[in-house]
Amino acid sequence: MAVPAIDVRELSKTYAVPVRGGGLTAALKSLVKRQTRQVEAVKNISFEVAPGEIVGFLGPNGAGKTTSLKMLSGLLYPSGGRGRVLGFEPFKRQRDFLRQITLVMGNRNQLLWDIPVIDSFERNRAIYRLELGAYRQTVDELTALLDLGALLDKPVRNLSLGERMKCEVAAALLHKPQVLFLDEPTIGLDVTMQRRIRTFLTEYNQRYNATVLLTSHYMADVEALCKRVVVIHRGQLLFDGQLTELVQRFSPHKTIVVELENGRGDLGGYGEIVASSEGRVTLRVSKAETAQVTGRILSEQPVLDLTVEDPPIEDVIEEVFERA
Amino acid sequence: MKGLADIYATLFRTDLAMHFQYRAAMVIWLLGRIVDSLVFLSVWAAVARAEGGQVGGFSSGDFAAYYIAMMMIGHLTFTWFMFEFEYRVRSGAFSPLLLQPLHPIHRDIAINLSYKFLTLTVMLPTMGLMIWIFEPVFEPPAWAVWASIPVILLAFLMRFFVEWALALVALWTTRTAAANQLYFAALLFFSGQMAPLSLLPEWLQTLAALLPFRWMLAFPVELLLGRLAPAEVLWGAAAQVAWLGLSWAVLAAVWSRGVRRYSAVGS
Repeated sequence: MAVPAIDVRELSKTYAVPVRGGGLTAALKSLVKRQTRQVEAVKNISFEVAPGEIVGFLGPNGAGKTTSLKMLSGLLYPSGGRGRVLGFEPFKRQRDFLRQITLVMGNRNQLLWDIPVIDSFERNRAIYRLELGAYRQTVDELTALLDLGALLDKPVRNLSLGERMKCEVAAALLHKPQVLFLDEPTIGLDVTMQRRIRTFLTEYNQRYNATVLLTSHYMADVEALCKRVVVIHRGQLLFDGQLTELVQRFSPHKTIVVELENGRGDLGGYGEIVASSEGRVTLRVSKAETAQVTGRILSEQPVLDLTVEDPPIEDVIEEVFERA
Repeated sequence: MKGLADIYATLFRTDLAMHFQYRAAMVIWLLGRIVDSLVFLSVWAAVARAEGGQVGGFSSGDFAAYYIAMMMIGHLTFTWFMFEFEYRVRSGAFSPLLLQPLHPIHRDIAINLSYKFLTLTVMLPTMGLMIWIFEPVFEPPAWAVWASIPVILLAFLMRFFVEWALALVALWTTRTAAANQLYFAALLFFSGQMAPLSLLPEWLQTLAALLPFRWMLAFPVELLLGRLAPAEVLWGAAAQVAWLGLSWAVLAAVWSRGVRRYSAVGS
């Protein structure tokens, strides 16, 4: 691997969280003696991301994804280990580092609420000291790619969630960062808007060879954007590899969807029926038996249509977390 | 330097646009400031009249001049960041500011200046109206008026840095409202807003000279009224510079530690 853009070595973060029971007595006790509990949000995780790579960072709520992204972007100071991004130690937040990265959080906004979008862009131009000609060109490009034309002159508070998110993404990329930390960039958006953001991110990645570390609960985002995923659970790294490998490793099953001629028939003997409606039956069978079971169904049943599929990625991920 | 000038010009311009969105709220804030000054002015002018024309060397016309100058200097030097930091830290709004290649203090200076620039359009005519109604005795020597320009600038800077440094307490404890209240009570009393400091007992005057508040407000007001000798002005300016330096040093020392401590828990 070339010199990694993101290099994480045994990174850890522990929070001291105040502990207190409910009720007045506990409240009074905590006045005298404050008790805290150490919560290990991230435990010794290590991975590398090569320049230009898009990596999905997956895990259930509370797994430590956002904490990791905050440490890598310089918002949080690690309790142990280190993360290097483009050769910088993020927590120092040197200007040369900050000029090359961006953090987009789907549930946060950095655009100023009351002024037109273009004015927030202008502020970023000045703060990032962008050359005027290059800035105008970037704004034109982003406007075309994300279809922002009608939005730039509107105050942010008058935009819909999807419109605002597009503008947030554009504002975060005006300085053409080399490393993008994206925390749920499509949260709350409709399918069309999600697709638009995905297409845009792919294009940005290709055009600027930018490195992307992305968290999302929408598997469609992950499937469309990331070949590689890093999975964490309760702060620990569970898996780091190709998305296809994740499916191979964690899903011992395949799904067979069968449509029968007469619309009915008992397929229970071939595998576990997971869904059945209007003559279409979905079976779950172990991977090893798939070929044999498919052959049997085709020879023994009046089959109209039959497809063999990997289980949906959501199910695989769920399986991963359950096993952990 | 050119880059920083462009940053300030851009922030100033866009901040002005933002203030325009809140015209009504802005006028209400200004009214509060004006009413405050009117109350103190009227009470002290009435006391002076009741005492046969003077209290501690202040006639009712002197009180009018004192409180009109106090209103203007209070307006020029005030900041709101001690209140805003608690919100910033609790809501996580501080995070995006930290991820930009610009120290957040620059944004705050720019927004403070743009607010004052805009509100002067209301404050100056109000001051004119008050001068017309209350007939203040305002006869400072020319040198005092000139000297008040750097002194007011220093007062603004020292108050800005003292309050910004204190606002950083929010990085350690997110409930700062009570501590802020204590600060503003001390400011009200020791800055000469409640009464000119020369009316206080000797020991309180000594205490006031040791605290920063006098140098933020009472000192420029007294200078503008021609009540200070040149040596007192030099002493006062030295005290302002000392407080500015001290707050700057505290800020530089605690800033990175405070930010390290800051952790916007949750998303």
